[in-house]
Order: sequence, then structure tokens, then C-alpha cells
Amino acid sequence: MIPIKVLVPSGVLGLGFDLEALNNGVKNNPHIISIDGGSTDSGPYSLGSGTSKYSRAAIKAEWKSLMIARKKANVPLVIGSCGTCGTNGMVDWMENITIELAEELNQNIKIAKLYCQQEKNFIKKNFQLRKIFPLNPAPMLNDQLIEEMTNIVALAGAEQIQECINTGAEIILAGRTTDTAIISALPLMKGANPGSSWHGAKVVECGALCSTNPTSGVVMVEFDKTGFTVEPMSKNAFCTSETVAAHMLYENADPYILHEPGGYMDVTYSNYYNIDKKKVRVEGAKWHSSTQYSVKLEGAKIAGYQSSLLVLLRDKKYVENVKKWTDKLSKFLKKEINERMDIDTSEYTLEFRHIGLNSTLGELEKNLRSPVEVGVLCLITSKNQISTEIAKLINPFLLHFPLSSNEELPTFAFPFSPVHSDRGCVYEFALNHILELDNPMDAFQIEILEV
Amino acid sequence: MLTLGEKVRKIRSKNAGPFWVTIDIFCGNKKIYKEVCNKLTNSAIVNLLMISEQQLKRFEIDDLNVIKFSFPRKIIQGDIFDRDMHGAQLAVLLSEMKF
Repeated sequence: MIPIKVLVPSGVLGLGFDLEALNNGVKNNPHIISIDGGSTDSGPYSLGSGTSKYSRAAIKAEWKSLMIARKKANVPLVIGSCGTCGTNGMVDWMENITIELAEELNQNIKIAKLYCQQEKNFIKKNFQLRKIFPLNPAPMLNDQLIEEMTNIVALAGAEQIQECINTGAEIILAGRTTDTAIISALPLMKGANPGSSWHGAKVVECGALCSTNPTSGVVMVEFDKTGFTVEPMSKNAFCTSETVAAHMLYENADPYILHEPGGYMDVTYSNYYNIDKKKVRVEGAKWHSSTQYSVKLEGAKIAGYQSSLLVLLRDKKYVENVKKWTDKLSKFLKKEINERMDIDTSEYTLEFRHIGLNSTLGELEKNLRSPVEVGVLCLITSKNQISTEIAKLINPFLLHFPLSSNEELPTFAFPFSPVHSDRGCVYEFALNHILELDNPMDAFQIEILEV
Repeated sequence: MLTLGEKVRKIRSKNAGPFWVTIDIFCGNKKIYKEVCNKLTNSAIVNLLMISEQQLKRFEIDDLNVIKFSFPRKIIQGDIFDRDMHGAQLAVLLSEMKF
């Protein structure tokens, strides 16, 4: 086989990359340009709401550079997990941006779209057929939970991306895909070492994070029959055997094993060594195919509607007694909410966090010194949009609530008008499961268009 | 007495998917790595993070002089009671631990 070169412009579209490094990459004759478009890294909101974490303008500006680079290199350009969450709507959103840019750049392009979103009935059917299994830990699945989810996606692997490549598309817009599959798909197709194809993909899935200069973004990884070689494209970035090996630790619960659709890779016996100042060579990863093909599922549901209030305490007596103050206030408010609004505590949650004291680590905090001031963040989450009304009821008490009954009414600092902020609908992850498939394309669809 | 953070080169923590957190202790050299491997017990980590010992995975990575701990999150990422979406501030607890 001829070695296959994959150019990875950055860890995710929207984070930015060094344009000069991208041009260096194009000059080095890649066979494909692959970039990730999303992840669950920022929490459940993107998947729950089916929206992108990054602004459309940022995505469009970066995608423009990549479409120009693709044209110059005359190779396929693939993005996985379009619009952060990789729902069908976000694939179409990315298609819309691509069509706008094709017109602006006067490019004629064949586009393949890979849809990864799952119908609730399809998931229910597979759950009944015992084709869905929990990973550890996983929410307890049942039909009602499936019904409550706003979006469910399956993570595509190398097989589905290869189907897209085989259509001859110049641009591939994939829904939710594993970070690695967009990189490993082509080398696997061309006969590169399977373990090394996945290992190399894992090393560069965050772009130049595997180098000494993470923000430079662009890296090239070359795959062959025995291993892979990784090289950052910025002149100010270097890969060392340590920066490359260390990346297997990052965001990975297990530093040796990585599960992918169709099997897992094991890097226990990998060797890393520098070829020169910039390049690192890696060999020795093993791929283990599973007998049953499966893909991972992600899903999110509405957790409630949230409103928040922030009050600042600077008065020494109140700062020193802030926990006692909020405990007392919380009890009082629950009674008021019940009496005045006829809302039971089972219909909402009321939480106080003490910014300056332990709001980051909560009960785990060991270093409890009395600060100069405390920000009291009050969070209300309710099943419906009543959280706004609860926040308004809380407002005057948060401003004036006294520690004791025989003192002049205190007034604390409100930094905002209005005091409350509606956070709208908030979501939670509801799936950590795998779905067994007879054929890798059973849960995925490809659409082709030419613009 | 030194803290663990003063002893080693770097400690970082990060979510590993929405359901797990992982902590990497980069010891910097073999001598400190060996010392930390010997002295840093699983029960110390379990007590510090208030998790159960059965859930804690420990990896000692000789080639990198790294000790790694992974465990399921008590509160799933982005849950309404989650305080730190990326779990990246948990590393501070280990850094400030007396060693």
C-alpha cells in the first residue's frame, strides 16, 4: 500500500487553527482532510436542544478556509458530529452553510450527508428485542424514558464514513460520529495496520493537542502497514514521544483501551519514538474485532426549566454565617412558595451555592476559610416554566432576609436588574448504551447532492 | 510537609465522556513516580473524593511516570446539581493534599 496521509486542521471546527500551518498541510499532499464538529464535552444542552455550541459565523469562517484548502488539495473533506451534537437538523445546518459557501467560492461540489439520528420507535423496538445494552454507569432504560428524550443519536464508526467516501463525495457532512472514525476510515480502507489506524486517529483527534503547541491546531498523520507517523504542521510546534503518548490519557478513563464500533484497540504494547525534532513514529497497537457489531447511543431529555438569582453578601456577620443564613432562608421560602403559590416541594428544586466558599467543589471542599464576600447563587429548577414566578417570589427575601428577628432589616447587593435570569429549558443525558446492529448501515442513512 | 501538587510536575482532571472523570498525575521523573506509587493509596483517593473503592480504577503507567485514576461521576455531567461540567477543578483537591 502507499502510505495514507490524513490532514487534521484542529480538534474541532469552531476552535480556530493556524492558516499558515493549514497551507503547509495542503502542500504536503494529504489524501483526505478530516475534522471533528462536536462532542458531548460541554454537557447535554447541545444534544437536548439540537443546536450548535459554536456560533454560525465562526463555523462558516473556518469551514470556508477548509473548503478552499480541499479544493487546492483536490481530496475529500470530512466533518464528523456536525453542529456539536450531530443530529439530522445539524447535518442540514452544515449543509446550508456549505451551499452558501459553494456559491460564494464558485465551487461545484458533490456532498454526502450521513444521518445518525434515531427514531424513538426504532430504539423502543430494539430495546424490546434486547439489542440495547447499558454501559457502566447508565440510566435505567424503559419505554417512558425513550419517549421523553428530545434527541437520540448513534455514533457512526469507520464503516459508515467509508460508505460515504465510496460515493465519491468531495465533502462529507456526517452526523454524530466517533472522534476517531473520520480519521481512521480512509487508512483502514486502504489496508493500513488496523490497530495503528485507530491509535493514530486517537492521537490526533484533538489536533495539535498531541504536540508542544496545542493552539496551532494542524497536524498530519501518515498511516502504513506497520504503524503511523505524526507531525504538527505549524513551524512552532513539535511532537515528542511523550506528548504523543500522553494524549492517550487525555479524556480517556482507560489509557490503553479504546472501544469503537466493531471492536476495540489496545495500545498496551505500543512503542513511541522521535524520527526527528518534529515527527513521532508509533507502532504496536492491536485491534480486536468483536463478533457482534454495535454502536454507542447518546440521548438527552428535558430536566426542567431553570431560573437563577445572584445576591452578594459583604457584611462580615452575614459572610461568616452564610450557610446558616441560606438554610434558614431556604426553609422560609419553601413555606412561602407552598402557601402563596400552592406549589409543593416535589415540583421544583431550590438550591443555594456559595461562590467564594465552596461553590466549585461543594461537600468535597477542604479549604473552608471565611472569605471577604460571598456570592449566593440561587437556582430554581421546575418541571414547567413556573421557575420564573418562583424566582420573583424569592426576590425580596433574598434582598432583605435577616438572620435574627430582632435586628434592623438588612439589604444585600443585587448586581442586576432584573435580578433573576431565566435559563430556559435545561437538559440531562439519558443514555449510555450500545445498540447491536446486523449491518453497520442499519441505523444510518446517506443522502447525496451536488451543488 | 509538601503537598502532592508541590511534589509532582502536574496534576490534571477531566471528564471522560458524560459519565466518568479521570485524573492524571504526571510525576516528572522515575524517583518521584516510584515514591508516589508507593505512598499514594487508593483509600486516600477514595476518602478525598468521597467515592467507593470498588468504583476506582488505578493505572500506573511506567513509561510516562504517570499515575491515573478513573471513576464514574457521582453526578452525571450537566445534571442540575453538577457544579463543574468538565471536572477539571477536581485536580486541585489532589494538588492540595498533604503528601
